[in-house]
Amino acid sequence: MTTIAPEAGSPQQGNPELRALLRQVDKKRHRVDRFMKGLVYLAFVLAVVPLVSVAWTVVSKGIERFNAYFLTHSMRGVYGGMDAGGVYHAIVGTIEITLFAALISVPIGLLTAIYLVEYGRGQLARSVTFFVDVMTGIPSIVAGLFAYALFAVFLGPGVRMGVVGSVALSVLMIPVVVRSSEEMLRLVPNELREAALALGVPRWLVVIKVVLRTAVAGLVTGIMISVARVIGETAPLLITVGVIDSINYNLFEGRMMTLPVYVYRQFQQGLVPCAPDQANCIATITYDRAWAGALTLILIVMLLNLVARLVTRFFAPKNFG
Amino acid sequence: MSTTQSPPAPGPAATSSLEPAGPRRRRRGARSSDRGASRAFRWLATGAGALILILLVAVAVFLVIKAWPAISMPSDELVEKVGLLRNSSSLLDYVGPLIFGTVLAATLALIFAVPVAIGIALFTSHYAPRRLASTLGYVIDLLAAVPSVVYGLWGALVLSPIVQPVWAWLNENVGWFPLFAGKVSPTARVLLTVAIVLAVMILPIITAVSREVFLQTPRLHEEAALALGATRWEMIRMAVLPFGRSGVISAAMLGLGRALGETMAVLMILSPGFLYSFHILEAGQQQSIAANIAAQFPEADPLGVSTLIATGLALFAITLVVNVAARAIVARRKDFSGAN
Repeated sequence: MTTIAPEAGSPQQGNPELRALLRQVDKKRHRVDRFMKGLVYLAFVLAVVPLVSVAWTVVSKGIERFNAYFLTHSMRGVYGGMDAGGVYHAIVGTIEITLFAALISVPIGLLTAIYLVEYGRGQLARSVTFFVDVMTGIPSIVAGLFAYALFAVFLGPGVRMGVVGSVALSVLMIPVVVRSSEEMLRLVPNELREAALALGVPRWLVVIKVVLRTAVAGLVTGIMISVARVIGETAPLLITVGVIDSINYNLFEGRMMTLPVYVYRQFQQGLVPCAPDQANCIATITYDRAWAGALTLILIVMLLNLVARLVTRFFAPKNFG
Repeated sequence: MSTTQSPPAPGPAATSSLEPAGPRRRRRGARSSDRGASRAFRWLATGAGALILILLVAVAVFLVIKAWPAISMPSDELVEKVGLLRNSSSLLDYVGPLIFGTVLAATLALIFAVPVAIGIALFTSHYAPRRLASTLGYVIDLLAAVPSVVYGLWGALVLSPIVQPVWAWLNENVGWFPLFAGKVSPTARVLLTVAIVLAVMILPIITAVSREVFLQTPRLHEEAALALGATRWEMIRMAVLPFGRSGVISAAMLGLGRALGETMAVLMILSPGFLYSFHILEAGQQQSIAANIAAQFPEADPLGVSTLIATGLALFAITLVVNVAARAIVARRKDFSGAN
């Protein structure tokens, strides 16, 4: 009643005496109020601390090795504490695998969203909505096991290739695409659909030429954010695609390296034992590479998020959304 | 199988060729506009929706197929053939400690994350200046954008050295408490460190869902509380929290689901062990299902892979139950909430 939201709307102009009296009596309550306010602010600060710490360490430790050489060389022939090696093969793998995952998930996700918004009624629509939500909770490692099992059943055990990882990622990506696309399609005003239908346009053309076209900026944003979400997945790629030190452009044959797995792999190799008089040997080289790889990965994720936001800002329809 | 193939892109050429020959119009809702390409497109969209359900079933089916050799084999034979089980008497005996470790880590993470998440959600919904609120919410969402492997790296190389003295202090002074007992690890690569990193990772989703329900609190309830002279905290306690309770519970369960399935943070930070141990400051005591799969999978033989997939199936079942329960609570309260 004292300094609360203006919407409270109580006429506070009169009687300062009464207010003073109330405050005196309620000292304890006000103390509790102040205390809880402090706790709530503290909670927010607590959450920001790790974010700042992660961002700061990744940038400060990664920037040292993050250069053109690092980005354009693979790990082929690099051993021990050599001051060499880069991340090119991992970037290639990450881009190919993620793009193929998007190629699988976007049509399925978009069509499902269209179904839910334009056609969905009754039991099927309700259960699809429900299980899309449930699917967002599938652990990434289970998605990886599923993709492995799927290919192992048809191609025999021990298959390691890029496309298996794409399938695993698409299991994780589809629900995200559905959710975001559904939200965007629901923003399209019904008047547009009705106007088009009244002009005699068939339903499917209404969907493609009116609904999708109106929502295209939002859809692109949603898809890019879902790509950013899966591009950092490590565990499913670790068990389906494996690790390799050289460049492999072929999604359908052989192991590939990906950025998150690269970071893990470098971390896992640990400190290099260097002889004290050995030149050209850096003990912490693997950790340095891991941090630089992490920086590369975070930059890609942030870039995707940023571009997604710019797309919404510049291409969104002007009157709504 | 068909689950992995994308349906053809909706185009005039693709869809018109699918046009059914005869005018089979048995559906009651079929209008004159629902024929030809429109009908084909409707079926295409419906098919994609159904594919989601098929996909979820396929995940379960294929996991069972690949796990079956390990599940169906007699225990003694399995123990003999699979190197992973050298210290266990059966598959259940192997999965047990893993489930225990997974649940313990996730529960601890939840205990850390829920109060903080509720605080942040209240901060962005009721405390922060209106104009800043969405920006601050975006800052929290950034936590979700950081890849898990980066959290693992950060937890192992940055956080562990920082918290080690704290853990040592806890062990020395509060060591009578069962959780802090045991021999404190000199590297802090222990379950408590893992739990903190997991808590940071599940913070965004709990915050997002809680914020949503807090914002749905009927304006009139809040104003009524304020008009009765409640302070802001009393208003929150009397109007916002009771209204949002089920939402917060389901948010916590969604977070639990995430924490149960998180792999990299556990894999990179924890020094693993296979015991039913509550010593969260001691190294080599617990391990989670997901991290164990990721650690053992690359070197496993076919039967070992089958065993690991069986443990993955257990993880899938646990997270599925948790998620279905959480979503069911959310869905149920959706019917009652809002401005109706």
